[in-house]
Amino acid sequence: MMDIRMVKSSLKNTTRSFLQTIPLLLGVLSLVSLILVVVPSSLYKVIFTGNAFIDPFIGAALGSIATGNPITSYIIGGELMDQGVGPLAVVAFIVAWVTVGLTSFPFEAIIFGKRFAAIRNGISFLFAVAIAILMHLTLGLI
Amino acid sequence: MVAALYAALAIYDHYIFSTALSKLVYLLLKIMPILTVVFVAMSLLNLFFRPSKVNNLLGRDSGLKGWIITLAGGMLSAGPIYLWYSLLQDLREKGMRDSLIVAFLYARAIKIPLIPVMVYYFGWTFTVMLCLYLAIVSVLSGLVVERLEMKG
Repeated sequence: MMDIRMVKSSLKNTTRSFLQTIPLLLGVLSLVSLILVVVPSSLYKVIFTGNAFIDPFIGAALGSIATGNPITSYIIGGELMDQGVGPLAVVAFIVAWVTVGLTSFPFEAIIFGKRFAAIRNGISFLFAVAIAILMHLTLGLI
Repeated sequence: MVAALYAALAIYDHYIFSTALSKLVYLLLKIMPILTVVFVAMSLLNLFFRPSKVNNLLGRDSGLKGWIITLAGGMLSAGPIYLWYSLLQDLREKGMRDSLIVAFLYARAIKIPLIPVMVYYFGWTFTVMLCLYLAIVSVLSGLVVERLEMKG
């Protein structure tokens, strides 16, 4: 049976955890805001080479440093495809946008440890490229 | 370091400084609802889930049940990735395995509310295939990361 002491204890523990993460959260949000202001979305179109091997890595790299609502990545991805950028690069870009976080890496490293954060982001980057290749092969067969 | 960057911008480029600051306030207000959800979720977790229960559901021997709970949680979670770090760290301290943490973070790439937008830009076949691959790779990446961590 739950009593008021248990509820108070739970709230106290949660508040303590939250207060510890607020400075880190403010730091990440400040960086995100700066990137959104300084990097124009038109820059993305200039960067791709047209090479089917290199572009997925470029796409994943851009997605890794880009930040914001994932809906932005779909819109940018759609625009890139209209501009002639290959689907391999666009898929890698969209996937890396959500799964790899260079902006939040310092925060992740503090919370989970540098090793965990480095391995997770590295593997996510490689899988973003792998998914792009699988999508290309699968959609080509259908 | 970020504060120093803003201070420098305030002196040398006030336009970027003020625009970035406005964006920051906008983002803070935007994430307040989801922060509240995370706070409530963490409080409920601390109240109802003792370490033994978390270990049973999401620990080393949680099996298929743990993967299903994690993938569903990842797909349903909203907001920026870093908002969920505190909750995941709490769960980790209570026994959640690292492979499930990685799978949760990866499964967040499947944004159920945004599927109509993806379909609009890329079509149904593309969307379904991508979501399928993301779900499979969520599990794979979790297993790979956990194995690599153990090797270190």
